Amino acid sequence: MPASLNGEHFETVIIGAGMAGLAAGIRLALAGKKVIILERHNASGGLNSFYSQAGRKFDVGLHAMTNYVPKGTKGTPLTKLLRQLRIPYDALDLCPQNGSKIAFPSCELGFTNDFSFLEAEVARVFPNQIDGFRALAEEVRTLDAFNLGAIPTSAREAVQRHIKDPLLEDMVFCPVMYYGSAQEHDMDYGQFAIMFRSLFFEGFARPLEGVRVIIKLLQDKYRSLGGIRKMKCGIQQIKTEGSKVSAIVLDNGDILTAEKIISTAGAVETARLCEDQPTDAEASNIGQLSFTETITALDCQPTDLGWDDTIIFFNTRERFHYGRCEHDLVDPTSGVICFPNNYQYGEGRQLDEGFLRVTAMANHDKWCALDEADYLAKKAYWYDELQKVTLRILPEPKGKNAYPDASAPMPLSASDLLDKHRIASDMFTPRTVRKYTGHLNGAIYGAPNKIKDGRTHLENLYLAGTDQGFLGIVGAMLSGISMANLHALQGS
Amino acid sequence: MTEDQVKQIVIDIIDEIAPDEDTTDLKGDVNLRDQMDLDSMDFLDIVMELRKQHGIEVPEEDYPKLASLDSCGEYLTPKFNAK
Repeated sequence: MPASLNGEHFETVIIGAGMAGLAAGIRLALAGKKVIILERHNASGGLNSFYSQAGRKFDVGLHAMTNYVPKGTKGTPLTKLLRQLRIPYDALDLCPQNGSKIAFPSCELGFTNDFSFLEAEVARVFPNQIDGFRALAEEVRTLDAFNLGAIPTSAREAVQRHIKDPLLEDMVFCPVMYYGSAQEHDMDYGQFAIMFRSLFFEGFARPLEGVRVIIKLLQDKYRSLGGIRKMKCGIQQIKTEGSKVSAIVLDNGDILTAEKIISTAGAVETARLCEDQPTDAEASNIGQLSFTETITALDCQPTDLGWDDTIIFFNTRERFHYGRCEHDLVDPTSGVICFPNNYQYGEGRQLDEGFLRVTAMANHDKWCALDEADYLAKKAYWYDELQKVTLRILPEPKGKNAYPDASAPMPLSASDLLDKHRIASDMFTPRTVRKYTGHLNGAIYGAPNKIKDGRTHLENLYLAGTDQGFLGIVGAMLSGISMANLHALQGS
Repeated sequence: MTEDQVKQIVIDIIDEIAPDEDTTDLKGDVNLRDQMDLDSMDFLDIVMELRKQHGIEVPEEDYPKLASLDSCGEYLTPKFNAK
């Protein structure tokens, strides 16, 4: 790679080394194109990354990789993307989940990677809704959700055509929204279908070593094909001439040119980089939803305490509310609990330490307004609050580790138990998300209105990733692949 | 180059881009899509490899001519021989 990029010309420049950018890069490098990926940070992965603290690795993003199918399953997104990236299935080390659940105040629905399990659960808890649920599933199965020209329609309305009990409706929406909706209260039916399939028809899996396995695979593949990647390389401005990008100005002032640009920076974020757009362009399409997550390391396996679920999507209100957290720093009334240990890693394979991750909605502006001392104090406060909520959702601790010693007359309270087994903890907030993804408002899932064909106001600038609208990690990679194919490879 | 040799080149490319598909006993006159799980993204890869490995260009409007092994042989052989 040249020491300076100043004056260099590329066939395609990709902005962002997240899952979508890396996947797009692999496609272009496979085709023999001169391609470069520019990444503002010193780590790849974007929204899905990891960091080390005191020698311990923490994952960000990736509770579970959705879209899991067993090896050899044909025609599914995972299979398609592995083929497109020429990555062998086994390289991902995908280990399926144990089982997950949706926990609401009055009832629970379990689900696994076998859809018939969820069907049976719905039939058990909502016997008069099972026909509607099956009809919905059938409609979702056959919907052309990847149609890039589809007009967005309301998923709430579509679901209500089949499911008449609002409790079941909310329980279906809770995991689907938490794992990918950038829109408040409702979502596009096409996006709903993509998520529903990826969660319930396909399923959850995880590599033992977490998200870094996937990032490393993508990076190594890209590098082996001769793709160039430049880290710590932010973009100051996209220069325009008429309806085209004419050049890209880097933070260090270097100027490079490209025939095509694929940006994974976000729809609004990309528009605002363009010379011909005002700095407040597309304000109405800024995402409103941000999250916080607590991560707790334990000196034992979660199953030793009787916590066997892989993921629990919970809601403690009467109606599930998926919307901006308005009044406080965190909305602890719904969220996601994840035990990364609870996957079928195979005989003798397990994470050395136990992990408990809890995600909830959080208010970006309020977190960002805190001064440093207050920020740390509020993190400590909300860490405790979220642990309290979590312990009310989790089953009562059981097993030998639930007792301080064999002679103790009483088991420890759940909260004392967690204190006893905790060896480390951390928490990220919307401020962290904003810093590492560059998403305005720290909006994890980006803009509410997706741009499915990836086109922008400039004819050689395209979007991929979160704001193109294929969701989840597999979706992000497929987005990079599809946009590279459509705009930079097809017919060229 | 004969049509059979060109067909074998196409089979080799499919083996490379879709290693999980069985390419033994493919029928020449039946659409590849009906015999294997290939989609438009896979056909893009066949075109990509023809260009990369053999310098053969297939314009987008001619993609339908790659539908079956026989039509591949018919369409691509003159291109290989014209090189």
